[in-house]
Amino acid sequence: MSAIYNASRRDFLKTSALAGGGLVIGFTLPGAARLAQAAAMFKPNAYLRIASDGHVTVICGLSEMGQGVHTAIPMLIAEELDADWSKISVKQAPADPAFNNPIFGMQATGGSTSVRGHWEPMRKAGAAARAMLVAAAADKWKADQADCRTERGMVVHKSGKKLSYGQLADAAARQAVPKEIKLKSAKEFRILGTPAKRLDTPVKVNGAANFGLDVHLPGMLTALMARPPVPGGKLVSVDDSKAKAISGVKQVVQIPGGVAVLAEGFWAAKQGRDALEIKWDDGANAALSSEGVSKMLAEGAAKGGALARNEGDAAAPASKRLEAVYEAPYLAHACMEPMNATVWVKPDEIEVWAGTQSQGPSQGILGKVGGVAPGKVKVNTMYLGGGFGRRFAPDFTVDATLLSKISGKPVKLVYTREDDMKAYFYRPASVTRFVGGLDAGGNALSFSASVASPSIMEASGFMKLPANGVDDMAVEGIRDCPYDFPNLRVEYARVEPGVQVWFWRSVGHSQNLFFIESFVDEMAATAGKDPYEFRRALLVKQPRYKGVLELAAQKAGWGQPLPAGVHRGIAVAQSFGSYVAEVAEVSVGKDGKVKVHRVVGAVDCGMTVNPEIVRRQVESAIVYGLSAALYGKITFKDGRVEQSNFHDYPVLRIDEMPDVEVHIVASGEPPGGMGEPGLPPIAPAVTNAIFAATGKRVRKLPIDPEELKQA
Amino acid sequence: MISLSVNGKTITVKDSPDTPLLWVLRDTLGMTGTKFGCGVALCGACTVHLDGEPVRSCTTPVSAAAGKKVVTIEAMAANPVGRAVQAAWIKHDVPQCGYCQSGQIMGASALLSTNKKPSDADIDAAMSGIVCRCGTYNQIRAAIKDAAHAMAKGG
Ligand code: FES
Ligand code: FES
Repeated sequence: MSAIYNASRRDFLKTSALAGGGLVIGFTLPGAARLAQAAAMFKPNAYLRIASDGHVTVICGLSEMGQGVHTAIPMLIAEELDADWSKISVKQAPADPAFNNPIFGMQATGGSTSVRGHWEPMRKAGAAARAMLVAAAADKWKADQADCRTERGMVVHKSGKKLSYGQLADAAARQAVPKEIKLKSAKEFRILGTPAKRLDTPVKVNGAANFGLDVHLPGMLTALMARPPVPGGKLVSVDDSKAKAISGVKQVVQIPGGVAVLAEGFWAAKQGRDALEIKWDDGANAALSSEGVSKMLAEGAAKGGALARNEGDAAAPASKRLEAVYEAPYLAHACMEPMNATVWVKPDEIEVWAGTQSQGPSQGILGKVGGVAPGKVKVNTMYLGGGFGRRFAPDFTVDATLLSKISGKPVKLVYTREDDMKAYFYRPASVTRFVGGLDAGGNALSFSASVASPSIMEASGFMKLPANGVDDMAVEGIRDCPYDFPNLRVEYARVEPGVQVWFWRSVGHSQNLFFIESFVDEMAATAGKDPYEFRRALLVKQPRYKGVLELAAQKAGWGQPLPAGVHRGIAVAQSFGSYVAEVAEVSVGKDGKVKVHRVVGAVDCGMTVNPEIVRRQVESAIVYGLSAALYGKITFKDGRVEQSNFHDYPVLRIDEMPDVEVHIVASGEPPGGMGEPGLPPIAPAVTNAIFAATGKRVRKLPIDPEELKQA
Repeated sequence: MISLSVNGKTITVKDSPDTPLLWVLRDTLGMTGTKFGCGVALCGACTVHLDGEPVRSCTTPVSAAAGKKVVTIEAMAANPVGRAVQAAWIKHDVPQCGYCQSGQIMGASALLSTNKKPSDADIDAAMSGIVCRCGTYNQIRAAIKDAAHAMAKGG
């Protein structure tokens, strides 16, 4: 069934362009237009199709991983098209440079860029189509275009005559694509800013949604791999006789990433993989331990490094000086759907079915692995059972490609939960050392931060550490500290313990906002000031930060009484162009157990495409961030990852779920990202509440109930 | 050869008796609505009904389902409780990535089959074994209550 699903989707663009009775809008993204003038790289492509029955299909090049992009992109197009929302559906686009994300310059989904990058081009695609429909109607009526307007899938003449978009599709297809495109002003929006229902809900309540793991191809083998248990370890020898004796096991294959068992179905592959007898050479990381990592990072932070920001003199004398060292661990993404990919290396092309965030780069990477040109790599993007940055990585698609190439068969490579948990690509462990200075009146005078962390830019394979030696992602959220500190200094020390690190929901902000928003809270406490008022006074020149801070405090009833034992903490952050403040209401049991009762969030994400999806993304990020703050850690002993599944890498469950309310600031600013910005403030909001409850400052995540126990 | 009833149809499979029901459903029968999340009964993504009880199919050997009635997400629309739950899920737009939602819906419909008016504590007890990494828990809770309400009204 999946094969049919994919085949029809793959051929969709081709057939829709050829079949009569429909309008296909060829439209170029700004970057592509420039290229077209420069060279022969111009590739017109389709973002929407209008069928003769009036149905509008939006073709979306971005990956749907829960963030709602398969609803947001159609909303952008439908708005300017003046479409009837009930007649819109969405299809996943193939990998094609025409679908490049304008912010990345490649087809990829991440960095909360989808709405920011496509806000204008997708609305233009809709507006161009609308203009052609109007022109077609005016031709039919021999009327002036100025006397025609559009509404809900209809062109309406001032006389009252109407033609539906479906009736006009054929004639509109013969109109020229307009050169000048006028977009609506925000006041004219009819769809944008409304809580339109998600287009992907119906298939996600009946088991019909196809995720990567659901792909099935005739003749396909399922592969599971044994990988070196220590990062950088190498295979010494393998005895596969027991594995091969298992019914259903077809082949055992060695590739650089480890040893794979190819079998008929998951269960045979798993039994085969588990029956492999392997000797590994653990290599240089054999002694890697979390204690060792912490020590390296702490030394790095103590020493300092490349200068990231320097204003005034952070060493200026202060009447009160405070110093603190914060630490965050490696984290796994633990997407609900474990990593997997299905690849078929054919003689002159490669076809991939995967839940991937990076279909564009995959074409080049997998083409190289399989020996074909990037254009010969067809990527079928499936629904992603969670992404959070993990599905930007190429490990699962590369290994599946190698296995298909060697076996000559379509191969579905599956990670078990344990494989997924131990496969690295972790959020970096990080240590930051802060020094703050206050004047005699308790006013903030100086602030300095020394961040020690691995470089994600270097680890990514597609970025390099800038010449100034500062990894943007290692310092984000601290370097752009919004507080009005007269003297401010931020340094970065690159420390590489030898573990593959990667983007994790909100990236550097995920730990750095915990660090800085906790330390600012410490400064407030040292100054003897209310943590909300202390921040507010330092944000006078930052209206958007201040706006969300005030809204969250007001909606949470900051300063007003709470039930006995419940305390509040607050934090504010900007990431990916959106501002979020959160107030957490927390109690701490005698046993040190932390309970989060309620979280009140305020968000300023500029103009809002869909307020309900915005609220859900903030709530989702809160849950993801809370899981990390309360439980999340990947630790190493003797070079080996100690965690394996949800018993030792716990995540938040429904019985621990706080009430969440999210308030949105009305704004006319351009849209910010929304998949990640809800996350950074939650950990510090909770730990600041813990301080309010217990007087104990949590400086290391995850929160350790042992440290909070009352004797 | 093991015979079992899947969504009302009697099916005979050749899988070895220790094969988890999950992989029989997914790989042998091609019914991919039931999901794999952890393999060890920690996440609930693989939840199906076995003779009406919610079970984790990843740790249920197919032999344990022999002669029993297995109902999966694919058949929920044919069941009045399942229909009410799906309608409430749509009304509340519960899913985000959607990967856990088959398990959530199977858990919720099993709960509502035996408990017409679940309290928050009942919902916690029935649903805390089913993980959602996208954090849709508050919508799940609201949708369960809504489905209970709709069924009470005979809707
Ligand atoms: S897959 Fe069965 S409980 Fe997780
Ligand atoms: S909706 Fe994504 S895991 Fe629940």
